[in-house]
Amino acid sequence: MLSKSQARAFFLGGTVVTFLIFIVLTIYSFMPSNDQTNFKDIDKDVVRGKEIWESNNCMGCHSIMGEGGYYAPELTKVVDRRGEGYIKAVLMSPIPWAPKGRKMVAYKMSQEDADAMVAYFKWIGKINLNGFDRIVSPLAKDRITDQQKIK
Amino acid sequence: MGFDRIGLQGLHEIIPFNTARAVHTNLLVVWLLTGFMGAAYYIIPEEAQCELISVRWAYIQLISLALVGVIAIVGFHFNHWEGRKFLEIPRELDYLVVVNVLLFLGLILGTLFKGRRKTTTALVLTMGLVFAALLYIPGMIWFDSQVMDSFFRWWVVHLWVEGVWELIMGGILSYLLIKLTGVDREVIEKWLYVIIGLTFLSGVLGTGHHYYYIGVNKIWLVVGGIFSALEPLAFLAMALFAVNMYRKGEKSHPNKLALFWTIGSAIVSFIGAGLLGFAHTLPQTNLYTHGTLVTAMHGHYAFWGAYAMIVLAIISYALPNLTGRKRYNNTIGNMAFWISNIGILGMTVAFGVAGVAQVYMERKLKMDFMDVQNEIAIHFVVLLICATMFTIGIGMYMYEFIKYGTPTDEALINDNQ
Repeated sequence: MLSKSQARAFFLGGTVVTFLIFIVLTIYSFMPSNDQTNFKDIDKDVVRGKEIWESNNCMGCHSIMGEGGYYAPELTKVVDRRGEGYIKAVLMSPIPWAPKGRKMVAYKMSQEDADAMVAYFKWIGKINLNGFDRIVSPLAKDRITDQQKIK
Repeated sequence: MGFDRIGLQGLHEIIPFNTARAVHTNLLVVWLLTGFMGAAYYIIPEEAQCELISVRWAYIQLISLALVGVIAIVGFHFNHWEGRKFLEIPRELDYLVVVNVLLFLGLILGTLFKGRRKTTTALVLTMGLVFAALLYIPGMIWFDSQVMDSFFRWWVVHLWVEGVWELIMGGILSYLLIKLTGVDREVIEKWLYVIIGLTFLSGVLGTGHHYYYIGVNKIWLVVGGIFSALEPLAFLAMALFAVNMYRKGEKSHPNKLALFWTIGSAIVSFIGAGLLGFAHTLPQTNLYTHGTLVTAMHGHYAFWGAYAMIVLAIISYALPNLTGRKRYNNTIGNMAFWISNIGILGMTVAFGVAGVAQVYMERKLKMDFMDVQNEIAIHFVVLLICATMFTIGIGMYMYEFIKYGTPTDEALINDNQ
């Protein structure tokens, strides 16, 4: 039967080994050769877009890459689905946007901030999400497929 | 939030959904941390056989933590936050949290080192609290990349919830089982090591289930898939451990309410965190459920079972000892337990049905997000009914807590008799 010291060794040994593997995998994930995010394309507009995204807690309602509040639509590949004009109209609207009854806060953004948000969404839209982007935004996938068929 | 989801948005201008949600999740986190800290202030001096090194500083720590929480929540209503799920407290307040937690750890570690006895239970509980503090740091770093931001946000959120908080839960559970069942400390603490060993063995690399679809390497699909599938084992072990110790127990402690909450916590955490987590943790399933209400189903029952119930258990155990009122087994206390548990179970089922329906309509049938939301709104009516029941149960617990929460000399009188 397991003794208390063996149980302690199991805990300490297991913890140390898994933490070390975790750290190694983290480093491996962010090696430039494994980049799936087009990291080099992050410019000041994308960073500004992320600042606006966070300072307004957009994630409290929407989700991005599947993470968020599940109350408002997923915004991965939103530019493909809706187009820049629609997104800017929503963000700059002086009255709450309420598609199909659900109200959004009227952020009344400036043109510059709305441009930054679009740049941020465009950068997100190009990330390789290991297949999730095709599940979460079927409209974008279908649209792209349709366009390819036309060509 | 439930009313918002069924289209009743009268408070939208004052409390939009993202504000309500940030208040909801941050209140949970602050309440649980306060509960863990309170448990540590109660357990550590007893385990170490030494008085807390400074009660005055402990009060200062509690009041300042509460103040930071209140300031954060008021700030949310004025659009002042960090806007990162579960870590919405703005960065300037993060620094105050760090100072506060350092003060707390100083008091606990000081007491532990000054004490005559260093038990495994006390060491595990303290280790959990120290790691919880350390893991807060990665969440304070700014990243230009949303992917890196998400990646390291999970270092805080996942490694707290599915890692070090389980150490804290294990420590409190172990303490309660020693007190309530009378089983030998050596036996209980041996199994405590095994359980927390399983927790870290599966939970650390199990973080990978958050990395499947956020823009990092596919290796996480394999690593996260395997190790997160093992995560229910730790919760299963915890449930079996609690039930077995209860059966083995030679002592019949009169505090039945504390026993109910303790054993209940071990069982419900296995269902909520273990089984419901496993239901959508494999990458093949998670591809469709990621970012849907299926996550909310798992999250609500897991947090309730693993953490809220264990905090309510330690309160139920400690309060009669602190006040001298032997309210060990009374109607209101029992009703509070059952009504709140039935209420949250109903909420979990409502979230689950809504989530599965959402997955099929949105991800399989490719319906528009808002069309799906309108279709599943009826499940939120059910959720609101169950949430009302849950609130009544918690209200009864609070009634007991407030009415009988002050010290009395009842115990002294009984002793004299």
